Amino acid sequence: MKITTPEFKSNAVEALKNQTLQKALSHVEEGFIDKRQMAADALPEFETLRDNARDIKNHTLSHLDLYLEAYEEKVIESGGHVHWAQTAEDARNIVLDICRKVGAKTVTKGKSMISEEIGINDFLEGEGIEPIETDLGEYIIQLRNEAPSHIIAPAVHVLKEQVEEDFRATHTHLPEDRNLEEPETLLDEARTVLRQKFLDADVGITGANFLIAETGTSIIVTNEGNGDLTQTLPKVHIVLASLEKITPTLEDVSQILRVLARSATGQDMSVYTTFSTGPRRESDVDGPEEYHVVLLDNGRTNMVGTEFQDMLRCIRCGACMNHCPVYHAVGGHAYGWVYPGPMGAVLTPSLTGVDKGGQLPNASTFCGRCEAVCPMRIPLPKMMRHWREREFERNLNPTAQRFGLKFWAWFAKRPRLYGLGAKIAMRGLAIMAGSKGRLSFMPLGRGWTKYRDMPAPEGKTFQQMWAEKQVGKT
Amino acid sequence: MQPKGDTLLTQPHVGLFVTCLVDLFRPNIGFSAVELLEKAGCQVTVPPAQTCCGQPAYNSGDRANTRAIAEQVIEAFEKFDYVVAPSGSCAAMLKKHYPELFAGDAQWEERTTNFAAKVFELVSFLSDVMFFQEIDVTFQGRVTYHDSCSGLRELGIARQPRKLLQQVEGLELKEMENPDVCCGFGGTFCVKYSDISNAIVEKKTATIEAAEVDMLLAGDLGCLMNMAGKLQREGKTTKVRHVAEVLAGRLDGPAIGEGK
Repeated sequence: MKITTPEFKSNAVEALKNQTLQKALSHVEEGFIDKRQMAADALPEFETLRDNARDIKNHTLSHLDLYLEAYEEKVIESGGHVHWAQTAEDARNIVLDICRKVGAKTVTKGKSMISEEIGINDFLEGEGIEPIETDLGEYIIQLRNEAPSHIIAPAVHVLKEQVEEDFRATHTHLPEDRNLEEPETLLDEARTVLRQKFLDADVGITGANFLIAETGTSIIVTNEGNGDLTQTLPKVHIVLASLEKITPTLEDVSQILRVLARSATGQDMSVYTTFSTGPRRESDVDGPEEYHVVLLDNGRTNMVGTEFQDMLRCIRCGACMNHCPVYHAVGGHAYGWVYPGPMGAVLTPSLTGVDKGGQLPNASTFCGRCEAVCPMRIPLPKMMRHWREREFERNLNPTAQRFGLKFWAWFAKRPRLYGLGAKIAMRGLAIMAGSKGRLSFMPLGRGWTKYRDMPAPEGKTFQQMWAEKQVGKT
Repeated sequence: MQPKGDTLLTQPHVGLFVTCLVDLFRPNIGFSAVELLEKAGCQVTVPPAQTCCGQPAYNSGDRANTRAIAEQVIEAFEKFDYVVAPSGSCAAMLKKHYPELFAGDAQWEERTTNFAAKVFELVSFLSDVMFFQEIDVTFQGRVTYHDSCSGLRELGIARQPRKLLQQVEGLELKEMENPDVCCGFGGTFCVKYSDISNAIVEKKTATIEAAEVDMLLAGDLGCLMNMAGKLQREGKTTKVRHVAEVLAGRLDGPAIGEGK
């Protein structure tokens, strides 16, 4: 996948102009925020659960190696295989090898952000293996040849009418006069088309919301049941997971699950929570013959022990982007890679480098709403600021900005000179504004006055007036 | 004089951290703060050795300059009983972020922690520390209150300004939809990402208009200048003021961005 994160600014401008997108984005604000609030309010222990969830993950991250090894042992014990993938390329090759060994022609897929991160679809297609997305949102964007724009609602940027168009263009074997006006009819059609693909697939790939060290289990949570068909019908099940998905015990996971769906969609639980431990046993009525877990690092262990470690607590609920004014304004594609919104603003520079991802942590008002709703209490604004610090240390921010900052700071550290300069500057601005009380244009201030007026200063500074008043008193 | 509220001091000595925007653009807010603090029984001093809280540097990743500015602020203000700022954003910088900045610093950590404990945003200080009740001003009109992000989420300011405003005779407080959503100011964000900032403030001015009020209030001048500037560019007539101006009854001069 081509990273367009460095072009975030122009991506954003395009997104703001795109009326269809803007219409679709209004659904994010309407759809998620109230539901999350209601779910949180309905559970008295919600805030305590958030604390517990944070503590569980913090503990896990400080013993990551131990839990990962314990997990591997359990997976092997249950008859499965664990593949360690340091890079995206390693992960792609591991998946290809497994597919080749069983002569796979088609691969069904449950929703997986890791599969987006490693770009597995394009890769498999290039190798002559057809990947089929089975999550409705993922299926829609696969037809549209797009990337997801949201981590739990990948097609949130697409309007229903556009889906109808896509279905009519793709499902040409179905009667032309069929009714596709309701979301339900669209869902039915996708379901019908996908049914045979589930049955025909040689390999099923899913992601994992959690990996449990205690039992060697992987867990997926879905609302459509497509994940279950993906992982039980084919001969081979491949789990694509990044290594920070590890959690010590079932008990730990059950606590985190209680905040996951509530934070994501406002559901108490997702419709399906599926636990997979190893391949089919003799006594099982169904299940895959082979069970593989590809554990991806791709830069995550570099975050351990740094100021970005807290980011590895993320459980991909999407609450941060659902509450982000910047995401609401520009949508997910503008962020230019796999992960949008506040979590993407921290993760993208962590995984792709600050030279590529540096725009994102800058594009925040630090309103703090993301941190306020994050079920894992990840201090997202603080970590965005840390990225700005790294950028500043490496002189990566624009020269004009650096110069401006230097100039300002020089004065800010010298109160007397600052006071003098302020007096002159404010008087100048006040004179420029005249009796209008505001400026519609300001030298060096076009970033402001392009869209809004600049309220004029009163004329004298407070310090100036205060000093005059003190003189009068004595 | 009776000891008040949370403080056992009969006349606590408050150092007013004016904030750079109030100093430069709207001294009336500073004078409103002084009046309110004095009415609440405080002795107010305005140290001349203050410029800014350092946020522009801090949020641009420039820790060295931020530290230098923070040290200057701490030195100028640590001798007071309380440090009060008419801004949630600047108060949060002093109270929450200075300690982060000096964490693990043998020379400054403890000093900063002690300093931070004394810092308050104006309205919450009046309400929570001084138990200030004596609002004896009148204002005829309908207002709405915008919760500025830092004050709301870093300092928990939401109930205090509303409570005090409701004591203003003649004032009707009408909530806008989503008063807790960012106005798109974000300090340097609004000029670095002016297109996105504009999209955010446009939504805000639409909700302000829908509330059908005479005046918009908030506790942070940055947000207020952003919203006032947008309202005025859109040709809207809603007046914009800092909450302290209304609480102090200092309403003679023009509202923010309004002609003389």
